[in-house]
Amino acid sequence: MRYISEFRDRKLADTLAARIAREAQPGRDYHFMEFCGGHTHAIFRYGVQDMMPANVHFVHGPGCPVCVLPVRRLDDALELAERHGAILCTYGDMMRVPGTGRRSLIRAKADGADIRMVYSTLDALKIARNNPGKQVVFFAIGFETTTPPTAVAIEIAKSEGLENFTVFCNHVLTPTAIGYILSSADFAPGGPARIDGFLGPSHVSAVIGSRPYEAAAERYRKPVVIAGFEPLDVMQSVLMLITQVNEGRAEVENQYTRVVTRDGNQKAQALVAKAFQLRKSFEWRGLGSVTESALRIRPEYEKFDAETRFELADKQSREVKSCECPSVLRGVKKPTECKLFGTVCTPDNPMGACMVSSEGACAAYWSYGRLRDPGKTDAA
Amino acid sequence: MCLAIPAIVQSIEPGDMAIVAIENVRKRISTALLDSVSEGDYVLVHVGYALHLLSEEEAQQTLSLMADAGILEDELDEIRGEASCDT
Ligand code: SF4
Repeated sequence: MRYISEFRDRKLADTLAARIAREAQPGRDYHFMEFCGGHTHAIFRYGVQDMMPANVHFVHGPGCPVCVLPVRRLDDALELAERHGAILCTYGDMMRVPGTGRRSLIRAKADGADIRMVYSTLDALKIARNNPGKQVVFFAIGFETTTPPTAVAIEIAKSEGLENFTVFCNHVLTPTAIGYILSSADFAPGGPARIDGFLGPSHVSAVIGSRPYEAAAERYRKPVVIAGFEPLDVMQSVLMLITQVNEGRAEVENQYTRVVTRDGNQKAQALVAKAFQLRKSFEWRGLGSVTESALRIRPEYEKFDAETRFELADKQSREVKSCECPSVLRGVKKPTECKLFGTVCTPDNPMGACMVSSEGACAAYWSYGRLRDPGKTDAA
Repeated sequence: MCLAIPAIVQSIEPGDMAIVAIENVRKRISTALLDSVSEGDYVLVHVGYALHLLSEEEAQQTLSLMADAGILEDELDEIRGEASCDT
């Protein structure tokens, strides 16, 4: 086999594969969406798809924070650095994502904008302290794991009376997105992806707990199993999902009990609730405008809100033409169905966000998908 | 950015901070998201914050999985890389 990595416990993997093959009923198909880019990564790296029977399919979800950020927000961030002259701090993944006209943060930096890659919000605070004469904006992206660190940074900025630090907030909510994907009636042309269940994210769930998924599971009658990052975790979670589907159950189950509880990290949740409130709606790349799916900074903290401090111009933002990221993120197209994939668009020269981040589906297909035998059907 | 990495707490510092060790890399991180942390605890570190406590076994397993998968070094590089924030 030509996988990048072998399972640490091959025997256990084989046993799980055999149980999955037994449990999956012939004559029906199982489509499971792994929400999180980390799972996409594990599935490819370890060739998990190839250990599944032919009727068990993975649908790659929108759980890559860089991938779901709409071009408009990236263009806004560029404006903060270029027109407003702020020092823009951001996580590394964001640097190479193409905005309108294929302009990225890294290009803007090369052209002289002060854009800095940071590892942590703590680094952004440090930059603000060291540059009192400049405005420093933290370009905040991510799901529920990166939101608490942003909340803490705002709180620290407040307690220190930092006058030159603001956050451009783009934090989004996982359970809302899952519910939205399931309420697929709203979907744009191309139709909804067929989904029989979800692999819930690991670390997001460590923060928010398993409870927030319960409403969507019940309402749309789809099982959710919160899965660890180990390939064996993923396989065991698939087995749990198949069992639920077979038994007609639609519950939230937790495979990753080593780390995830029903209530999650309540201290982190309280910090987030203190600094942020729900946005009425927020645009996601691929999903469009989704009600109450993102956070904004509370009015009490508006001094630290870049959207309040700086006036952002109206703009005509556009994706790179023919990039299929939006369909890939909805799970209705595979990266290989994009005509730019692997030819014009590669990780060295990405046309869309899904190729930039290693969590993105296009990058995963590029790194690992090509290694799979083209003619091979999925054999257990 | 999505990845989180296990680390052992070496010392507690004022202001909800701690020094942790990940393999041979030492890093100052925030513990503001945890109720209580002590020396010797294993924590999962994500973008400079301890996200939750881990058992030693889970920490070791995760580290060796990351090493197997070849992503440990990338993560450590990211953690080491403070180049851009000292000005
Ligand atoms: S291969 Fe590139 S251009 Fe095509 S959908 Fe993926 S990121 Fe977009």
